[in-house]
Amino acid sequence: MSDVLDKADVQSPLKIVGTRPIRPDGADKVTGRAAYGADLNMPGQLVGKVLRSPHAHGRIVSIDTRKARALPGVKAVVTGADFPDVASEMHEGGEAASNLRDLAMNVIAREKALYDGHAVAAVAAVSAAIADEALSLISVTYEVLPHVLDVEAAMAPDAPVLHASMFTEGQETRPTVASNIVKRNRMGRGDPAQAFAAADVVVEGRYTTQAVHQGYIEPHACVASWAEDGQCEVWSSSQGQFMVRTYCAKVLGLEVSSIRVTPAEIGGGFGGKTTVYLEPLALALSRQAGHPVKMVMTRDEVFRATGPTSGAVILVKLGAKADGTIVAADVELKFQAGAYAGSPVGAASMTALACYDIENFTITGWDVVTNTPKVAAYRAPGAPIAAFGVECAIDDLARKLGMDPIALREKNAVRNGVKAAYGPTFQNIGFLETLAAARNSDHYSAPLGPNQGRGVAAGFWFNVGGESTVALHVGEDGSVVVVTGNPDIGGSRATMAMMAAETLGVPMDRVRARVADTASIGFSMVTGGSRTTFATGMAVVQAAEKVVADLKRRAALTWDVAADKVEWRDGAAICLDPTKDPKPLTLGDIAANSAMTGGPISAQVSLNAQGAGPGFGVHVCDVEIDPETGHVTVLRYTAAQDVGKAIHPAYVEGQIQGGVAQGVGWALNEEYIFDRAGKMENAGFLDYRVPVASDLPMIDAIMVEVANPRHPFGAKGVGEVPIVPPLAAVANAVRGAIGVRMTDLPLSPPKIRAALDAKPG
Amino acid sequence: MHVVLSSDCYDFTGGLKEVEVEADTVRRLITALEARFPGLGDFVNRRMAVAIDGEIHQDAWMSPIGPDSEIYLIPKIGGG
Repeated sequence: MSDVLDKADVQSPLKIVGTRPIRPDGADKVTGRAAYGADLNMPGQLVGKVLRSPHAHGRIVSIDTRKARALPGVKAVVTGADFPDVASEMHEGGEAASNLRDLAMNVIAREKALYDGHAVAAVAAVSAAIADEALSLISVTYEVLPHVLDVEAAMAPDAPVLHASMFTEGQETRPTVASNIVKRNRMGRGDPAQAFAAADVVVEGRYTTQAVHQGYIEPHACVASWAEDGQCEVWSSSQGQFMVRTYCAKVLGLEVSSIRVTPAEIGGGFGGKTTVYLEPLALALSRQAGHPVKMVMTRDEVFRATGPTSGAVILVKLGAKADGTIVAADVELKFQAGAYAGSPVGAASMTALACYDIENFTITGWDVVTNTPKVAAYRAPGAPIAAFGVECAIDDLARKLGMDPIALREKNAVRNGVKAAYGPTFQNIGFLETLAAARNSDHYSAPLGPNQGRGVAAGFWFNVGGESTVALHVGEDGSVVVVTGNPDIGGSRATMAMMAAETLGVPMDRVRARVADTASIGFSMVTGGSRTTFATGMAVVQAAEKVVADLKRRAALTWDVAADKVEWRDGAAICLDPTKDPKPLTLGDIAANSAMTGGPISAQVSLNAQGAGPGFGVHVCDVEIDPETGHVTVLRYTAAQDVGKAIHPAYVEGQIQGGVAQGVGWALNEEYIFDRAGKMENAGFLDYRVPVASDLPMIDAIMVEVANPRHPFGAKGVGEVPIVPPLAAVANAVRGAIGVRMTDLPLSPPKIRAALDAKPG
Repeated sequence: MHVVLSSDCYDFTGGLKEVEVEADTVRRLITALEARFPGLGDFVNRRMAVAIDGEIHQDAWMSPIGPDSEIYLIPKIGGG
C-alpha cells in the first residue's frame, strides 16, 4: 500500500511526472541482458587478483615477488612500490572530500598494513588458478603490531597508534602526542547546564552500534586496459565514472584526459561505490602486462577490504519541561573511521538534533581511526547512528512524560522559520506534515497483541545538488535521447526520461535515457547524496527547454513568422499569427527537416545545482518478540516521508522500502565480528545476515509532497532519509514489546534473551 | 553582514565564532574572510558550504548574498 498526500503547487496539470511508467531498465535486468561490472571481457584479457594482509596491524618489512614473477602464466606483479607517492591533499573528487594520500594508501599498502584485508600486492595472470598460485608465492614479512578495533579503546591514551603523524584537530590546544583521534567537532547553542538544571524531566542513555556494510549484491569489478600510447580505458561498476577517472588519475599520476571510464550497470552501491579499490590496481597491472586486466572481488574481499560504515558510541541526555518542551540536549558521538581519517561523524553531528527546535544544546563528535577497513559512505552517512541514540532517548522521554511519542515530536518539531541545530533557518520543509501523516495512518492506531510493541522514530537528511551535465538529442524521426553522466542506481533513467518527456510534451516512450562514458558527456558528480533527480533532473529540464526554444525558432522559420508567434503545446509548435493558419508542426515534423532549419537538434546543459531541499521521515514499526528464543519479527512497518514531488512514485516507494530494509538489518542482525587477532569472522552473507524478503512485511510508504521551489517539478532527494529512522524505530518497538530499553545494536536474539532473563520478576 | 562560523573554522579566527564582513557574492565573502583571517578563505573555499538564508550552497562562487542575508558556514555535505 502507498499513499501520496499531494501538497505540491508546481506545474500543473502534469501528464507524465507523477505517473508510474514501466521502468526502462527492467527488461534487461530480469532477462539477464544487463551488463554489470563483471560481464565485460576483452581480447587477451588477464585475471587480476589481490594479496591482502592477514594481520590487523603490521609493518611491512619486505615483499619478495620473485617466485610469483617466475611462475609461467604470470604477466604482472605490483606492490606499493609500483605506485607514485601521493601528497596529502584533500580533494573534492566525488561527493565528499577525500585525502588523496589516504585513498592511495588504502588502494595498496606501503609501509604498514592497517587492517585485515588491506591490499599489499596484486598479480595478473592468464588464469584465475595461476593468479591464485602466484599470490601464494609472494612472501611478505610483517612485523605484527598491536591492533585496536573498538572506538573507545582506540581513543585511550595507551592505545596502539595507527598513524604517527596524527595529532587531534579541533582541540583548544594542539596536542604534542600522536593519537588515533583525528578530530573533535563541537556545536552548541544557549546554556545547556542551566537548562538541564531547570528541566522537570531528564533522560540519559549510552548507545552503541557496530560497523555494518552497505551490502550491495554486486561485488566490485572492473576491466582496465593501459595501451602502449598511454591511453587508458576502464569499465567498472561504480556510482560515478568521473569519480573513478579522477581517483585513478590521482593514484597513478595521470592526466584525467588519458583515462576513459565507461560505467557498467550497477548492482547496488548505497554510497559504498563512491570510491575506488580495484581500478588503479588493474590499470597498474595492465601497464606492466601489456594486456587488459579484469578484477572481480569475492564477497570475502568486499567485506574485508571495502568500506563499511562506522561502529559508534552515542551518548544522549535530554531535558524537558512537564508539558513536553525539550529545553536541553547533550549529544556525544564517537565514530570509527577505520584505518584512515574520515568517519561521517561530522554529518552525524549536524543531523543529530536537526528534527527538533531546542534552545540549549551541545553536540560533540569524535572521528577516530581503528584497525578496520576504511569506512565509506553509506546512505545518509552517520545520520542513522546519531538518530538511533537521539530517537531512543526521545522515546524514553515520551514514556517518562506519559506523552504520545508522535505528539512529543510534534511539540518540538522544526518548522519553516526555525533555525536548524546546524545553523541555517529552515525553509519549505515538511516535517510537521510528515509527522501528521504517520499519526493519521491506519497503522498508528491499530491494536497490538501479546509480546508485541510499536516504535516511532524520525529522521533527517540534507540532500545535495552539485555538478551535472546533460545532453539531449532529437533524432530525425523525432525520438529523443537524454544522455547523462550519472550511473542509474535508483531509477534515474526513468525519471530523467519522464522529466524530458514532460517538458517536451511528448510521450515517455519517445524518450530514451542513456548513461555515457567520461569521453562522451561532460563532468558529473557521483550518483550520491540523493542529488541526481534534483540536480541532473534540473539539467534535463533546462536542456529540454533549450530544445523547445530551438524548435519554436525552427517552426517560426518554416512559417515565416516572428519567433514570439509560436507556442509549444503538447509536443507540437502552434502558430499564433492570425494571418496564417498552418497545421501544427510536431517534434517529428520539425526533426525531419532539421537540416533545412539549421542542422541537428540538440542541447547540452552543465550546471552546479543549489537549493536541494532537506527531507524528513517518520517511521512506525510493530514487532513481536518470541520470548523463548528472543527472535524479533517485524510485523508491520509504515514509513512517511516528505519527498517534495514524486517524479516516479513507484521508484520513490522503492527507495523508501529499500532504506527501511537496510535499516532493519542494521537494527536486528548486521555487524562486523572480529576475532582476537582482528580478523573478520563473518565475511559472507551466510554469517553476515542481511534481511531477505521473507524477513520483512510489506513496507507501507506514505509520500508527503511539500514541493521544493528550486526544482522544476518540486523534487527533493529521497534515497537517504528512509535509512535514518529504522534503527531507532525497531529499537523503540522492541522496548515497547519487552519493557526493557536495549541500547546495543544489533538486537540479536541472544541479547534479547539476556535482557528478558535479567528483567525483574 | 553577520557570518556564523563552524567550529572547523575556529583555528583560523583564534576561537572567534561569528564575524562581520561585507560581500555580495560567495566569492567576495571568501575573499573578505581570507583578507581578515589568512588561510580561512582558502579553507572555506575547499571545505565549507555557505548557507544563505537557509539554503545550502556548495562550490558556488556566484551565488548572491543580500545585505541582510543570514550566513552560516557549515562543512560541505556529502552523502551516499
